[in-house]
Amino acid sequence: MSDLALSRPAAVTDEPRATRYLLIGIVLVLISLLLFAPLVAVFSEAIRQGWAASIEALTSPDARSAIRLTVIVAAIAVPLNAVFGIAAAWAITKFDFRGKAFLITLIDLPFSVSPVVAGLALVLLVGANSSLGAWLVANDLKIVFAFPGIVLATMFVTFPFVARELIPVMIEQGRAEEEAALTLGANGWRTFFTVTLPNIRWALLYGVLLSNARAMGEFGAVAVVSGKIRGETTTIPIMIEMLYNEYLSVAAFSLAAVLALLALITLTLKSLLEWRHADVLAATRRH
Amino acid sequence: MFRTIQIGAHVLAQGTYIRSFNDGRIEIATGRDSRLAGLPVQPGVSHGTHGGAGQKEMNGKGRGRIFAALAAIGLAFAGSTPAAAQDQVEILNVSYDPTRELYREYNELFHAWWNAQGHAPVTVSQSHGGSGGQARAVIDGLEATVVTLALSADIDAIAERTGRIPADWQARLPHNSSPYTSTIVFLVRDGNPRGIEDWDDLIREDVAVITPNPKTSGGARWNFLAAWAYAERNGLDPAEFVGAMFRNVPVLDTGARGSTTTFTQRGIGDVLLAWENEAFLALKELGEDAFDIVVPSVSILAEPPVTLVDGSITSDKQRAAAEAYLEHLYSPEAQALALRHYYRAWDTSLAAPEDLARFPDLELVTISDFGGWPVVQPKYFGDGGIFDQIYEE
Repeated sequence: MSDLALSRPAAVTDEPRATRYLLIGIVLVLISLLLFAPLVAVFSEAIRQGWAASIEALTSPDARSAIRLTVIVAAIAVPLNAVFGIAAAWAITKFDFRGKAFLITLIDLPFSVSPVVAGLALVLLVGANSSLGAWLVANDLKIVFAFPGIVLATMFVTFPFVARELIPVMIEQGRAEEEAALTLGANGWRTFFTVTLPNIRWALLYGVLLSNARAMGEFGAVAVVSGKIRGETTTIPIMIEMLYNEYLSVAAFSLAAVLALLALITLTLKSLLEWRHADVLAATRRH
Repeated sequence: MFRTIQIGAHVLAQGTYIRSFNDGRIEIATGRDSRLAGLPVQPGVSHGTHGGAGQKEMNGKGRGRIFAALAAIGLAFAGSTPAAAQDQVEILNVSYDPTRELYREYNELFHAWWNAQGHAPVTVSQSHGGSGGQARAVIDGLEATVVTLALSADIDAIAERTGRIPADWQARLPHNSSPYTSTIVFLVRDGNPRGIEDWDDLIREDVAVITPNPKTSGGARWNFLAAWAYAERNGLDPAEFVGAMFRNVPVLDTGARGSTTTFTQRGIGDVLLAWENEAFLALKELGEDAFDIVVPSVSILAEPPVTLVDGSITSDKQRAAAEAYLEHLYSPEAQALALRHYYRAWDTSLAAPEDLARFPDLELVTISDFGGWPVVQPKYFGDGGIFDQIYEE
């Protein structure tokens, strides 16, 4: 692998300097207009009436409960999705079986289905008017318009992220290393933990981070199943909409800023890990 | 003249005075064909202070019979169930869009009043959205303890489809179970640049009208009927008139508050058909110099009703609290609060004069002129109903 790195050409472009700067300039302008300007707007609106008002809005019981709910939902949905994602990617890339293409399509389903449809499907499936829902109600188990429904909706929309990140990496790496491990007498778990997992960890981390960002920010599917009970089933995005509708823009944007900060922390974490483990990353040629 | 009477342990009612009985009770009219008799409650004597209801402390003195009776009930509760303090009574109030501010303050008012009776504290949670959508959520399993929606058809839908509310729910509280009413007015941009004066201006080609979707929003159904009533009064073909109006609607939001933000924050449209209370609130929140209210020649008396969802009640204590929660909406304090939040409430005895002066006089048709919600809902807003026919064109 090290020969590959050495034989890399010094420069692949020979465009004039002006062209390069122009292209880079266009990209920078677009990024600042489309990414930075909205972010700056959110933060400046949040502190429009000063830090005190913003902090007061964030420490209100409703806001605190929204933040808590969002974090708990993500803490449940993301690890579960990581496990499912690894299992799915493992099955798809290391084995051959009938219906594999169908399974891949199925994993992508949450990407193509509108989140609102996902939420409605959940309501149809376990709402009070379905037979399953009626049984749940009779046994005093709340799914929709309660915490479990929010977790289920979040899991549905974040399902593909981990598997989608892992599948290309695992296809690229092939099965040779696992086969070698197996011939040397390692069992399945050992092969997974000592051979597969180290190879895919960066892709896995990336998938988990994306999954987490989406889990915390999901609006559509969660809005359908949340019931919007203030302080109980309102996640951060739903609370933001609610506050905005109540003319409480400082509170709304403060909470939006928190959500943006959570996303920024996620990204920083990712960059930090990449930087600290740059050597390992270079070795696996991924991200 | 409006009078408040006491008809139960903590049941109050208001209505126009009819006659007095020898035993001191008086009879009042509470809506259509409905009369109630009870002991009059003297504003200011038994109901104490008036002022910033949100933060106010109940002073408890001179509260008379009602509170004595309630305190007795409270003591009875406390005595019979020693664990009263631990097991929290919860009420989920599933409401429609524009009541957010009202119930935020009313919940505090109720809380203070309820605690002053010596009851265990009650936690009231709120859920808001388009009235039709909220009814749908309750039908799908949202466990509302009480529903306070924009029109009775939405509560009828819950009663019909789930059986969790008795069919005759609307007779359970005074004034067709509507503790406050409102009407539909126009909100236009400052200075009324399009010169919108009445309903017929809304079908002009240069006017963009903002209203929510009558399928999901209660307010939108009142909008629709008010426009219909105008056309009927003025010898126009109502279906054609309302159809022309809806062709001027660029965005149909799902709830009243969504439409208000579309109009006020996103700057879309020339006129917003709004609940009167929503229009006043927009003026208050966004500045009187940004918008004007235009009062049309005719509008509709919108009655947003409230009721208990019997099927969700899990304990007697919860039932007592939920019933009191709804009944206390009729108390002079709560009525004054509703008036302060721009609702046309019934009992004006504790209301500030400026809260009363604000409501313009206008001719109001009522839902009974259309034959009542059980007739109107399927005919106009049901699947394939008049709205569907108009909107498909």
